[in-house]
Amino acid sequence: MTVVWIVLKILVVTAFIQLAVAYLILLERKIAAYIQQRIGPNRAGWHGILQPIADGVKFLLKEDFVPESANKFLHALAPAIAMVTAVMAFAVVPFGPTDPSDPDAPQFVIAPGIDVGLLYIFSVSSLAVYAVILGGWASNNKYSFLGGLRSAAQVISYEIPLGLAVLGVILLARSLNLEQIVAAQADRVWFVFYQPLGFLIFLAAAFAETNRAPFDLPECEQELVGGYHTEYSGMKFALFFLGEYTHIITVSYLTAILFFGGWDLPFIVSADDRGFLAGLLKVLVLLVKAFCMIVFMMWVRWTLPRFRFDQLMRLAWKALIPLALLNLVLTAVLVHVARSFGLVDQFRVAVAYLWVIGAIVLVIAVGWLINASRRSAYGT
Amino acid sequence: MTPYVSLASYLVLFLLGGFIAVFAALVVGWLVRPNNPAEDKLEVYECGEPTIGSSWIQFDLRFYVVALLFVVFDVEVAFFFPWATVFGTARHLADPSVTEQSVRAALTAKLAGAPIEEVRPQAVPEGSTQEAISHEDAWTITALAVADLAVFFGVILLGFAYLWKRGDIEWVRSTLAEERTPEELVEELAAPEEEQPQLTLTGASSATSSSP
Repeated sequence: MTVVWIVLKILVVTAFIQLAVAYLILLERKIAAYIQQRIGPNRAGWHGILQPIADGVKFLLKEDFVPESANKFLHALAPAIAMVTAVMAFAVVPFGPTDPSDPDAPQFVIAPGIDVGLLYIFSVSSLAVYAVILGGWASNNKYSFLGGLRSAAQVISYEIPLGLAVLGVILLARSLNLEQIVAAQADRVWFVFYQPLGFLIFLAAAFAETNRAPFDLPECEQELVGGYHTEYSGMKFALFFLGEYTHIITVSYLTAILFFGGWDLPFIVSADDRGFLAGLLKVLVLLVKAFCMIVFMMWVRWTLPRFRFDQLMRLAWKALIPLALLNLVLTAVLVHVARSFGLVDQFRVAVAYLWVIGAIVLVIAVGWLINASRRSAYGT
Repeated sequence: MTPYVSLASYLVLFLLGGFIAVFAALVVGWLVRPNNPAEDKLEVYECGEPTIGSSWIQFDLRFYVVALLFVVFDVEVAFFFPWATVFGTARHLADPSVTEQSVRAALTAKLAGAPIEEVRPQAVPEGSTQEAISHEDAWTITALAVADLAVFFGVILLGFAYLWKRGDIEWVRSTLAEERTPEELVEELAAPEEEQPQLTLTGASSATSSSP
């Protein structure tokens, strides 16, 4: 593949992401409006269809304020980091069928055949915390600073359960390569059925990683004005926004790939289908799965109230991390035991897993309830 | 091209593309936006109140503790990633039902760290005599992997239990949590006078308030 071809692909995909982000913001506003029994943006174009363009023009024409006491260089660098890391993480995420062993087939990913794809996504997306903390610190604003610190603590705390939850999938798929993970699900059942607990942990951690409600502490407007981006305006603010929504797209694609079989859809399109039409269908299937996840994230944002910060940290360190460790050990043991007994039948493994998880969750829930009733006696 | 080289080149290209996109946006904005400076616009927005001092001051130590804990646990998770792939692959190789030569050769290549193009069963030529790890050897690798994990995991769990006990993963470390309940207070007051020389409501000796 020539360099020109790669650059072309990067440009097309990046431009498409930007466009998608612009319309996702409109979608979010519409969903928010309908949930709150409003109409939402409807002035620019038919049903507000031109609103993203109007927003873009507004961002460009907005005057750019930088506080005098701010660190000018870091203040400008932070939104750039937010944007670059968000787009970079998408490099290894396949948005359609890929097969590196077949060079003639179209590769629907910017960088095909990356062995360490998942590790790369984790490392790059954790760089995004620099954007938040630098933006908050460089503004020299107490609200921004507090928002940045909170966000840093939140993102790094939830990165651990996120990684641990994904490890269960890696154990089953035996690979860090996203294409291989999809291939591992094509001839079996989607991993969400083998890893229900892992999926829930991943979901909660992904919400926190993308700073989405109910974990949108870094920008909770009621207590921190705008959080880390209080002092940002114009294009710099837009870059933070674009980065955040790009992150959401990446996470949604990842969820579809890791837990929902990627471009595989039973009875409609299977991994063996070749040709142009099958390829197109696979791209569409993955797109629809990711889109469902995005809509779900928006739905949750306008349904659940925000956590308090101490609740947030308690959830990460006292609930999600122990559960994720448990999930990892259980998966490893079950994979090991199942193979030792020649029990390659994946369904029986999954059923055993579900039973064990169900029993443990029940015990924890009962313990929690007893504890809660004891605590409430003192009104704390 | 090995995958590592191509990963690096993709990364550089993508990074370049990202920075160009960002700076193009910023430069276009700089060209078209109005510039209307005023003294008030240079101030920090803190809800309209006059700003008191800089915000670059000492911050809550708890954030620092969380960052330290993160480093420990994230390194742990990073070590788990390669372990999971090796364990899964070795366990697959040790499975007596996996006998097809091409599959075994591909798995062996993967275990040895071959690039992804070469670890597909179809990438191994038909009837090749490429050596594959035997079931027994794969079993040894699996057992080793389990032992490795047991030790590693044990240490991590011990550390986690210690942190939990010490209260480092507690976010709220107020004195309220250490306050005696009414029952305890009554009990304490009923105790002989000389055994409680300093009776305060917010005792600082509890485990939850320990600081490094």
